Amino acid sequence: MSETYAHPKNDPILVVDDVTRRFGGMTAVDVDHLEVQRGSITALIGPNGAGKTTFFNLLTGFDKPSPGATTRFDGNTLQKTSATHIANKGMVRTFQLTKALSRLTVMQNMLLGARDQPGENFFVGLVPALWRKREREITAKAEDLLARFKLDTKADDYAGSLSGGQRKLLEMARALMSDPTMIMLDEPMAGVNPALTQSLLGHIQSLRDDGMTVLFVEHDMHMVRHISDWVVVMAEGKVVAEGPADTVMDDRAVIDAYLGAHHDTDLGDDSLLNEETYEELAEEVAEEDEQEATR
Amino acid sequence: MDYILNLLSSLTQEALAPTTAAFALAAIGLNVHFGLTGLVNMGQAAFLLLGAYGFAISITNGLPFVMAVLVALLVSIVFAIILGIPTLRLRGDYLAIVTISGAEIIRMVGRSSLLTTTTGGSNGITGSSYRDPFNALSPLPDGTTTILWFTYSNNGVNGWWIRIAAWGLVALFTLVLFLLMRSPWGRVVKAIREDEDAVRSLGKNVYSYKMQALVFGGALGALAGIIYVLPSSVQPDAMGRSMTFFIWTALILGGAATVFGPVLGAVLFFVVRLAIRTLAGDFIPNSIMNAQQAEQFSYVLVGVALMLLIVFRPQGLLGNKKELTFSV
Repeated sequence: MSETYAHPKNDPILVVDDVTRRFGGMTAVDVDHLEVQRGSITALIGPNGAGKTTFFNLLTGFDKPSPGATTRFDGNTLQKTSATHIANKGMVRTFQLTKALSRLTVMQNMLLGARDQPGENFFVGLVPALWRKREREITAKAEDLLARFKLDTKADDYAGSLSGGQRKLLEMARALMSDPTMIMLDEPMAGVNPALTQSLLGHIQSLRDDGMTVLFVEHDMHMVRHISDWVVVMAEGKVVAEGPADTVMDDRAVIDAYLGAHHDTDLGDDSLLNEETYEELAEEVAEEDEQEATR
Repeated sequence: MDYILNLLSSLTQEALAPTTAAFALAAIGLNVHFGLTGLVNMGQAAFLLLGAYGFAISITNGLPFVMAVLVALLVSIVFAIILGIPTLRLRGDYLAIVTISGAEIIRMVGRSSLLTTTTGGSNGITGSSYRDPFNALSPLPDGTTTILWFTYSNNGVNGWWIRIAAWGLVALFTLVLFLLMRSPWGRVVKAIREDEDAVRSLGKNVYSYKMQALVFGGALGALAGIIYVLPSSVQPDAMGRSMTFFIWTALILGGAATVFGPVLGAVLFFVVRLAIRTLAGDFIPNSIMNAQQAEQFSYVLVGVALMLLIVFRPQGLLGNKKELTFSV
């Protein structure tokens, strides 16, 4: 089964093998093999409890897999799998519950994301002359990024004063400060208002256009369909299907099993349903009633 | 009028006493721990005690002054590392538990009768046995100097020289604290104070930063310990839990995560209590409150003030409310 879905990629940036994670007797994640194509946007989807976020944490070093797991990133097998080490290798993540540092200003948040600031050493930090130059460089870079994410007017505000959506943007911009080769977004759309969703989508696509690889976990099917080049479906801790968005989405079995039969219909409002869907639904309800009755 | 002048003179003398400087320095160290990095160190007194022991025992064994100070620093650094290795990877509460018990262990071992030949057991070490090398360093001529109403002998046990050295150190490390807070290093530890995982996701070695903060703040504690015992003596029981809490009081009073908070807090802690004691002694008849009760009453008032502060001004007197509300 796993063989079928182990799609080889022509230029994988990330290759993981035998990643398992157990909580007591429960196996949360058991992924035999997964490759992520360089320069693409890959979506990781699946029902609640499928192990997406746990898998994400394992990939980014925020959780430890059982022994035997190997991760190859950018051509090298990662020996150390601490979060710090992985981030320094160029794989930077964001969080589902945004971790904007609310008691630092927006600009300080950004500067924190930069690499190679010598002043982050205790002794060098005491002598401003040794780190001013780098500070100016990264401040200029931060200003550019903030302008791109339309946060430039907020630079001196505490990050705590930003709205939920702006925090998502800040977190993404902060991750970009380190020039990552791969960016991992954990539910980038969760809790973001629809107006901002569109601009977030645009930002994520522009990351790919800049040559970055994007892997994201998401529930929002609209988003997955629109921007992802490749979709990986997880269920019960395993990768059960993968392929281009359209192919996977049209795979009726996958959709029904893992996303629910009417994932793309707004069931909350009858007036929005078209005739066909309405009839289809009515049929299904009747069918179910019949089954109830015969039982 | 004379009464007020006298009171002011004794209050300012208390404010400039070496003991106040020692508390200020210890509070600066605790500010690096708690104010900047968010480490809850409940055993700062142990760093003072270790510094005092390291210094005093080195001198009594014939080491030169500079070596003795280095020994004191080294001992406190080793202690910080021993406390930090098992706890800094865990949640903050564990450091609090381990430091408070670590501090008690140090005090208990120091006062145990088995070590009487080295640490003097519960009697401690008398000041005269380690004080001379420090006083010998004084560039001041012998005699007594009066500046305003401050009259002290230049090189005496509790004179100008120890005051200059003590407040010089406080000034030096206030400057260091100022530089650290504005440095990228300070930015990283402040971020750790708020959310370790966010900092980890940005590729910083959180454990290493916390260890650096713990070691640096602890070393400041050791220097404070040396200052604390130079005009008096090494008394393990005077450097126990209550001292740790007094240092915390000073820090929170002044304002954690501020440059001058620890110094202001330490000065207020001593001055306000002296004012209460003096006023109570002069105006409240002995039948209602005697001197000993006034002393205890002064602590009660400081405690009440601290509670009010936490409720109404959690950032301390100097703190920035937006940046830091008191949260453990």
